[in-house]
Order: sequence, then C-alpha cells, then structure tokens
Amino acid sequence: MRGEPAVRLRHLRHAYGRTRALDGLSLDIPAGCMVGLVGPDGVGKSTLLGLIAGAKALQDGGIEVLGGDIGAAAWRDEICPRIAFMPQGLGKNLYPDLTVEENIVFFSRLFGQSRAEGAARVAALTRDVGLAPFVKRACHQLSGGMKQKLGLCCALIHDPDLLILDEPTTGVDPLSRRQFWELVERMRRRAIREMSVVVATAYMEEAEKFDFLIVMNAGKILATGAPKDILARTGAASVEEAFVALLPEGGLAKKLEIPPRSDDGGAPVIVARGLTKRFGDFVAVDQVDLAIRRGEIFGFVGSNGCGKTTTMKMLTGLLDASAGEALLFGRSIEAGGLAARRRVGYMSQGFSLYSELTVLQNLELHGRLFGFPSREARDRIETLLDRFELKNHGDVLAAGLPLGLRQRLSLAVALVHKPDLLILDEPTSGVDPVARDAFWALLIELSRKEGVTIFISTHFMNEAARCDRISLMDSGKILATGTPSELTRLKNGKDLEEAFIAFLEEAGAARPLAETAPTPVQQPAPAKNPRFSPRRMMAYTIREILELSRDPIRLSYAIFGPALLLLVLGFGITTDVDSLTYAALDRDNSYFSRAYLSELRGSAYFIEQKPIADAKDLVSRLKGGDVSATIEIPPGFGRDILRRRPTEVSVWIDGAMPFRAETIHGYLQSMHQQFLADPAIHGLPPAPDPPADIETRFRYNQSFDSIYAMVPGAIALQLALIPAILMALAIVREKELGSITNLYVTPVTRLEFLLGKQLPYIILAFVDFLIMFLMALYIFKVPLKGGFGVLALGSLVYAAASTGYGMVVSAFTRTQIAALFGTAILTILPASMFSGLSTPASAITGMGRIMGRLFPMTYYLPISVGAFTKGLHFADLAGYVAILALFFPALVAVSFLLLRKQER
Amino acid sequence: MQSLRNIYWLGTKELRSFFRDGVLLGLVIYSFSLAIIAQAQSNSQEVHNASIAYVDEDHSELSARLARAFLPPFFQPARAVAQKDVDRLMDVGAYTFILDIPPHFERDLVGGRRPELQINVDATAMVQAGIGSAYAEQILSDEIAKFLSRQDEPPPAPIGQVVRIAFNPNVVTSWFASVMGVISSTTMLAIILAGAAVVREREHGTVEHLLVMPVTPFEIAMAKIWANSLIIVGAVGLSLLFVVERLLRVPIEGSIPLFLVGALLYLFFATSIGVFLATIARTMPQLGLLYILVAVPLNLLSGANTPLESMPPWLRTIMEASPSTHFVAIAQAILYRGAGFDLVWPRFVATGAIGGIFLALALWRFRAVSTQSRS
Repeated sequence: MRGEPAVRLRHLRHAYGRTRALDGLSLDIPAGCMVGLVGPDGVGKSTLLGLIAGAKALQDGGIEVLGGDIGAAAWRDEICPRIAFMPQGLGKNLYPDLTVEENIVFFSRLFGQSRAEGAARVAALTRDVGLAPFVKRACHQLSGGMKQKLGLCCALIHDPDLLILDEPTTGVDPLSRRQFWELVERMRRRAIREMSVVVATAYMEEAEKFDFLIVMNAGKILATGAPKDILARTGAASVEEAFVALLPEGGLAKKLEIPPRSDDGGAPVIVARGLTKRFGDFVAVDQVDLAIRRGEIFGFVGSNGCGKTTTMKMLTGLLDASAGEALLFGRSIEAGGLAARRRVGYMSQGFSLYSELTVLQNLELHGRLFGFPSREARDRIETLLDRFELKNHGDVLAAGLPLGLRQRLSLAVALVHKPDLLILDEPTSGVDPVARDAFWALLIELSRKEGVTIFISTHFMNEAARCDRISLMDSGKILATGTPSELTRLKNGKDLEEAFIAFLEEAGAARPLAETAPTPVQQPAPAKNPRFSPRRMMAYTIREILELSRDPIRLSYAIFGPALLLLVLGFGITTDVDSLTYAALDRDNSYFSRAYLSELRGSAYFIEQKPIADAKDLVSRLKGGDVSATIEIPPGFGRDILRRRPTEVSVWIDGAMPFRAETIHGYLQSMHQQFLADPAIHGLPPAPDPPADIETRFRYNQSFDSIYAMVPGAIALQLALIPAILMALAIVREKELGSITNLYVTPVTRLEFLLGKQLPYIILAFVDFLIMFLMALYIFKVPLKGGFGVLALGSLVYAAASTGYGMVVSAFTRTQIAALFGTAILTILPASMFSGLSTPASAITGMGRIMGRLFPMTYYLPISVGAFTKGLHFADLAGYVAILALFFPALVAVSFLLLRKQER
Repeated sequence: MQSLRNIYWLGTKELRSFFRDGVLLGLVIYSFSLAIIAQAQSNSQEVHNASIAYVDEDHSELSARLARAFLPPFFQPARAVAQKDVDRLMDVGAYTFILDIPPHFERDLVGGRRPELQINVDATAMVQAGIGSAYAEQILSDEIAKFLSRQDEPPPAPIGQVVRIAFNPNVVTSWFASVMGVISSTTMLAIILAGAAVVREREHGTVEHLLVMPVTPFEIAMAKIWANSLIIVGAVGLSLLFVVERLLRVPIEGSIPLFLVGALLYLFFATSIGVFLATIARTMPQLGLLYILVAVPLNLLSGANTPLESMPPWLRTIMEASPSTHFVAIAQAILYRGAGFDLVWPRFVATGAIGGIFLALALWRFRAVSTQSRS
C-alpha cells in the first residue's frame, strides 16, 4: 500500500427521496490493492460504487478519484478511460442478444480502439478468461459465471487503473466464484500499470481474502482495515460474525440451535422420479430424483440457472414435466388438484406479492382465495402479524417495505392457509445476516414443532449447512444428496463449499483455467479523448442493428407495421360518401311523385330501403340508424305542380355524422335541381337559366376521390408514429434494463449515443417509406405525378425528424410502457388533427395551430400530397423540405440537453 | 360459490392495483377528458375557418361584394391575390379555395350574357373541399341574385325542398366528435388495461403465486375482465355526464344507463381482446406494439370516424362483424337519436355474441399459457 489513495471520500451523503443511502462517509481507499466493500443488500454499497465510478451525480460531500474531483465534469471526462465499472446484476451492462465477441467489440469501440486493436484484445481476453470457445454464443445463453467473466473482459478492454466491481459473484456457483477471483487476481498481476480494485460483495466469506475491507451497514461505515485486523478486533471467527458483532445492537450473535428431527417414518411428502424438463434443445432439469420426508428441511443448492427453480415449478404444478413424475403427498399434482394446492405454501424467487397492496391487504387477499371465513382469516392474520413482527407495518404498501420485511411478509403469506409443505425458492437472497438468522429460526420452529416439510433453495453455503439434507445441483443434474456433514466427509473437504466444488470438478463442470502465456503487451489506448468520435457513435449503431436483427417481434413490427396499417387505413378511411340508405314516404303516389323519387333511384350514391309506412315509422327508422335520409312527398304534390301552386318536398337527414349529413344535403339539393330541369316533366315551363355560371374546378383530383389524398396522408401518419415509438423504446429500454450505465461510465458522449442509436431507425423509417411508396403505386394505384427525388429527400429528412421526436419523448420517460404510450398519445393527436390530415393546416386555429406548427408532419404532408397528387417537383416544395430539415438538429439538441451523462 | 368469491376478490385486487398505477390512471383520465375536448374542438367535420382568396379582374362593385361575402366562422376573410400567383398558392396549399372573377363580369351579368365565375378548389383537402365548394357556390349565387334583384325579381321556385337535419340541426362537429371520442377511448383503453393487467402480473411473478393457490386461470382472467370493464364503464359514464354534457354542452337524447349496458357488453369483448393479446406478448413493450396494430384499425374503421358504407366490400364485411362497429351504431342510436331498447336490441345481441366468442378464446389461450409459462 502506497501513500496516495485511489479514492478519497469526504463527508459523503446521498439520499433517494427521504431514504438516506449514504450518511456522511469519510475515508481513504488505498491504491494498488484489492479493496472489499462488505455488507448486506441495501446498505449503500452500490450507491457508493456508482458515485466513485462517476455513474451517479454527487449530491453532498466530495470524492477524489485518481487524484481529482469526480464531481467536476472535466475531470470525469479525463479519467473516464482509466476507470472500469461493472454494475450489479448478472450481465446488467451486457447485451443479451449479442454474442460474447460482439459484446467485447462494442466496448472496444466505445473506448475508441481501432478494429485491429479491438480484435487483438478480444482474442487475448477471451483466451485468458477461458471464453475463447464460446465467442459466438449469445450472451443470454451463458451461465451466470460465464456472464460475469464476460463482464470482466468488457471491463478490462481498456486496461483501467481502477476497476470497480459491484457484487460480481452474487448468484454464481462456488466454483465459478473461486475462478472469478483467481482471474481478477491474475489480471491484476499482469496489468501494465498498477491496478486498484474495489469490490462490493454480499458473501462475507469471500471478503476474507481481500487486502483491505470496508464494512458497511445502513449508509455508515462500521469498520475498515485488513481482514485479520477486523477479526482480531471483534474476536470473531469469520467476517460474517464480525459483521454481526459490529452492528450497533451487536454483540456476538447466539448460534442458531437446530434441534434434531425425529423421523416419523411416514411416506415421503415429495417424491420426484426421473423428473426432466426440456425447453427446446435445452435440458433445464435432467432426471432428478427426490424423496423428502415429513418435517424435513431439505436444501437445494446450486448456482443461478442450474435448474433449481424449474424443478420447484414442476413440483408446484406451474410447469409440466417433459418426462418423469412428481408426486406431492403421494399423488401427482394434477390428480391432487385444488385440494393439494391448499396444503402447499410457495414462495417464488424474488418478491412476488402485490407491491401495490398493503401488508394487510396482501394477507387478506390470500386468506380469501383460500376460502377462509372472514373471522377465522382475521384470527390467523393476527397471529401471523404477531409472529412475524409485522404488526406495525400492516398498512404499509408492500412496495415500501425493506427487503428483510418483504421476505417475512412473503413467508407469512405462504403460511396463511396453514400448509403442510413449504416450497421456498431462494427466500433469503439479499437479506442481511441478522434477518437471515431470524428467518431460519422461524423455519426451524415450523419444521420441528409443527411438522411442516420445507423444501428450500439457496446459494448460501452456510444456509445449506443448516438443512437436514441437501441436494447439490449443477446444469440440471443432481450431483449428490445427503446430510451436509456426510457430503463434506465424502469429499474430505474443509467445509461444505469445498465439498461442493469437489463435486462440481468431478462432474466436469470445472474447466481449470488454462495457464496461458501472458497477454502480449498492447499499445496503451491513446490518452486523448476526442469530443466527437464517429467510431464510438458507430458502436451504438452497429449494436442497435445487431439487436434489432435478433428481435423478430420488434423487427417485423418496424418493417411491416406501417405497411399493415397503411393497407387497412388506406382502404378504410375515406371521405367519399356513397351507398347511402334512404327511404321514401310518398303520400301522393302520382306521376310526379314517382318521377321525383326515380331521380334518387337512378343515383349511384343512394340505396333505397323499403318505403316508410307513416310518420311514426319515419322517426323510428331514422332513430335506429336504418336509413340516413328520408324523403316525404306531400299529398297533392302532382296536382299542385300542374296547377302551378307552390309545394314542398320534406327531407330529413340523419345528423349523427356531420360531414356525411352535409354531403347528403348537397347530393339531395343537386338531385332536386335535376328534377326541376328534367324535360321529362311535361307541361312545366323550363327552369330559368342562372344569370351566371359558377364553375367549380377540383384541382389535382378531378374525380374528387379521397384515396388520392388519403394514401399520401396515411404514409405521412405512419412515418410520424411508428419510427417515433421505436426510437423512444430503444432509448428507454437501455434505461430500464440498466445498460444505460455504459453511457455513464465510458467515454462515449451523449451526442454519439443519441445519433448512434438514431441512425438505424432513420434507415428503417426510410425503408418503410419505400415499402409504402410501392404499395401506394401498385396496391392503391395512386400514381406519382410529381418528382420522386423531392419525395424521397423529404421522407429521409422527415424520418430524421420523427425519430428525433421519439427521442425527445424518451427523455421524459423511465419505463418502456410509458415511453410507448407517451409517444403514441403525443403523436396521434397532432398527427391526425393538427397537421393538415383532416383539416387543412391553413384553417386550424388556437392551440391546435401551435401544436401543428411544432409538429414535423405539418411540413411533410404537403410534400407527400404535393409529389403524389399535385404533381409538384423540387422547386415547388424546397421550402417545406428546408423547414423539415430544421427539426432534426433542433430535436437532437433538445434530447441532448435533457439526457444526463450521470445517473441521479 | 368459492369460484365466484375468488373472481370477486381477485377483481377487487385489480381495482386497487389500477388506482395505484399512476401511468395507467393518468392515461384513463387524459383519454376521457382532454382527449375528448381536443377532438370536440377540432372542427374536422365541418367547414370552419376555411382559407379563401380571390383574383379580381373586374374591379366592379359586384366583384367587391362577392369578395366580401365569405364570412366567419365558415371562411376566413378572402384575400386578394394576383392571377399569376394562383397556381403557386394552390400548389403549396396556402388556400383551399381561390375565386377567379373574370374581366367585365358585372357588365356581362347585367347584360344577360351569362359570364362564368370560377372557383379553384384544392381537392386534396377532402372534407373541406367537398362541403366548402357547395357552400361557396351557394354564397356566390345568393350574392349574385341579391345584386340582380334590384333590377329583376326572380320568380319564386314553384317546387321547394325543405331539408332538416335530424338530431344535430346545426351540424356541429363537437356533438359528433365528443361522443365518438368517448367511444374510441373506450376501445383503446379497455384493450390495454386488461392486457397490461395480465402482463404486469407475469412480469412481477405474481401470476405464479396465484396459480399455486386453489385459483383457476379462468377465475384470474374473469376477475381482470370484470374489474377493468367496470373501470371503463365508470369512466365512460363520468365522461358523458361531466365532459360531454356539462362542459361541451352536447345534448344527449337517449338514456345513458341503457348506453352503459351496451358499453358493458362491448367491454367484455374489448377486455377479452386485451387478455388475448397479453397471452401472445412476452413483455409489456411487445404488448404495446401488438396493441397499436390491433386497436388502431379496430378503432378507426368502426364507423366512428369515417362512414362504413364507403369502404371496399371485403373490408366492410369484416368490420360489420366487429363489435366496435356495433358499439358505434349503438352509441349513435341511443345518444344522438334517442333510440330505445326496442330499436337497438339486435345490436346488443350481436355485440354480446361476438364478445362471448372472443371471451371464450381469450380464456382458452390464457389457460393454455398459464399452465405452461416459462419463468
């Protein structure tokens, strides 16, 4: 340890709303060694690491990293290429659809490395960590341990001086965990410059091997120093015990006493024979045999993804077995039916209660669903609240509970109906050691006093050691079953963990790290950090294209969605009014009245319905929507005409749809004029000629057929909606899934990030345009009368503007679903109402006018309609293209300002 | 009995969840208030504030009177433009109508030589061009008749035609657009609420929790359907009473309770579609994308926005089978025309029957997916 610390914390505070995550930390973290940050989940470890990495914005206090203030943007930019950060969660900052190689190359590009350098580093790193045989495998197909190795490769791509790892081994099997630490150690020794490593971990036993420990709880530091100093100071045998001892209410915890189990010799409660589950080619569970007796605590131990959860789901009947059988209480799940389910309590992995309900409501709901009478349920819930010490939290929303309490609530819910069997899937992950002991005390009580059978899975070895019997599981297979001490003895291990590793090695899961020649020393990455790097931008573009090509739903939606909607809307939305239904009430029934009605009958617009009987019938037929218009000819109509006496035809039009009513009105008026001018009506003087001719010229669309206006309009609408939605989703996805961290902690700039992600969607939107253009020509037979050049150019500029619009919306949203609806709502209204699609832009007033003016479609619509139907060319439409071109830089600028380079 | 109780209790849970979900709650409130008002004020169905210009080559008293004859709210004041600019102005869509008054128009008119007046109409502005040109012709011929009547009284027309527009005498767009807005919000929201409720349970893992209890997939799906239908029916009722009747002052002819019964029937269909889509989508974004593809056509083609009669026959046949079409017809019949149950019951039956088929389909899919869900 040298004099200059790697990181220096000064009165550091950080809060989320009213929750204090960090409460006044001051500390020097030494450079050039392995520093462990230990403590259970939710004590502020991740916040602290995020702050050190510059991923989170500082709130209060100061941090110096590598000799400068990390709060200063200039310093962050300067040292960013010297830091590597691997966030919590298996493969959180990796891209599941990309292969191992593509993931590493992506990071290589983010650090501005040349293609050759990137390729060399990928080869060297994958060989070093043993991933070389899997470079073409998609990240989501990797096991937890392999994902973490890949994460390490990505972190080490640029030879960092400071490596920050946030719980890199949580949920990874013991063997992979051990290999991971060996790897880190080896990389550290091999590094060109001295590398400092700061690691957070929830596995207290791992921490003993580090050089320096920081023990944290509830936003405060409990102790710092070398592990052996801390152990010596607390007089504890392990870091876990030391942690408990260091707690304010601490003191060495009393050992959990497990009374021996008395076997009643009854039939086993759970039996599995040859239980197998296949998902496609992948065998998740392979020939599992189990027999668990009444009152037994049976442990299921293995890494994430080894098949524990799948086995449990088959036992509960959530999944059907591909082969083999599972019996509960001696019967198959299906045969047991609802009655069997009443005897089982299940706690799934992760919190699966209704977070939007309160503690009490959750318990009540479950009581109701098990059909308890309300009095009995109330008593039971009282008892459970008491026993789990949840009394004071009854009216708290489950979402607001700390993790330990949530787990207790989950267990309480699983116990509401007094089950004989509990199936608990990793119930204690993320719970601190004290709460974990309390939880176990409950389980032991249930098992020993009430004879409840407990089937529990865990990846904590010290918990496994408390079970009556355990099964060690790996890759869908059970490696061994027995009491913990038997298994340890069988492998002559020091403890259960070593025994498990021995079993894993024996099963061949262990591939000892090949001792490779040291990585050839690379040219250190160029230190200068350019303001705008096309290479970094393209990193995002290439990645987006790769991801899109592997997500069939999103891709087919992007390509065929607009086409499909155009097909439906182009044919369906029409302002042509024809096939109108009408009925007549002819009270005259003379030659003239029949002549009048025959004018209508001859019209292509009208379809006659059966005649109206009387006035009452007229009203009810209009009301029922049976006819859109009625014609009533008064008695004496013909006689009056002959006698030159004034007479009137009475018309009622259904006004439910205003523009249709207006159009019908127009049709009937001209039909009336036609009747008056009809020479077939004998004996009448010809109608006087009008004094002037009014000629109406329908320009651009002589037949006044709405398809020529609607199809170009619908193309504009599709290009406004779908590219914007896809763009917004693409950005918010990164926020929701966590890969946005890569923007925070790598040298990529906000502009590179935005443009890089936008580019593929502009191309997609343009492809959409081409598809819809061809559909317009060949399916809708709408000819292009004007220039293709200006239409194509306008569409390209418009695609940039619409995607930019989605980008701006994405800045305000956090979840994908909100982004989707936000974009849809904010797009559909201005697009369909205010941009000239239904009402010409020149006639819109008020708020609508402003909204329309600020919406790109207002300027694209004249280009689309102009080029298709008005026969216009570049010279006529250049003005619109120019305005449209302004949207792209403006929208990107707004998004740029709204996007943060740090998490709050 | 326990099954009904389960459906009831699970449904109350749905209601609680809904009122705690800010995004969805906001979406519902927006869709039934602001969105309705915006559509009611759009004037998209009438000639309103249409832009008009004129070329005066006559410079007579009559030509000036003709130019002044176009009045708000139908037309903006007519602007004078030069003959040479007409084509360009039409091309860029600056005006929907341009009137061309030829030289010596007044002299020729008075001389009985039947001069010709030309109206150029931008026929790509469909609704306004169609109705507006009829208005413009009427205005011009009235004005010419008035001008001439100083010299020559025209004979009264011997045969008249009295046209009355039923249910909406002044043909106000907001009457139409507000109620149709309520209808489209109903379709759009019912689908997404029910769909999101299913996907949310799956994403949070709570559906597994339910399935290991003595609760059947049928009960889970039914609970979602009734609870979400109830939310929307409530929103529709409130929106009609407060937004449409009070705020927008649209007179509602028929019985709102009868309409709400129809709405409830329709909602069983719409929420079933939502549940069905949720069984296809794996994640919330996928549900959203699917939803837009299904809900937008269902909505736009239901006859609420454009007349069903004018669609190509194949599309019309398909849409006739859609409950959304029946629902629009029910809404127009009851709310505008004051039709009673005696007139609309066949539509109720059709909606219920088609809705029932989709409900069965959705329940079948939901059961199939629930018993074979991968994580």
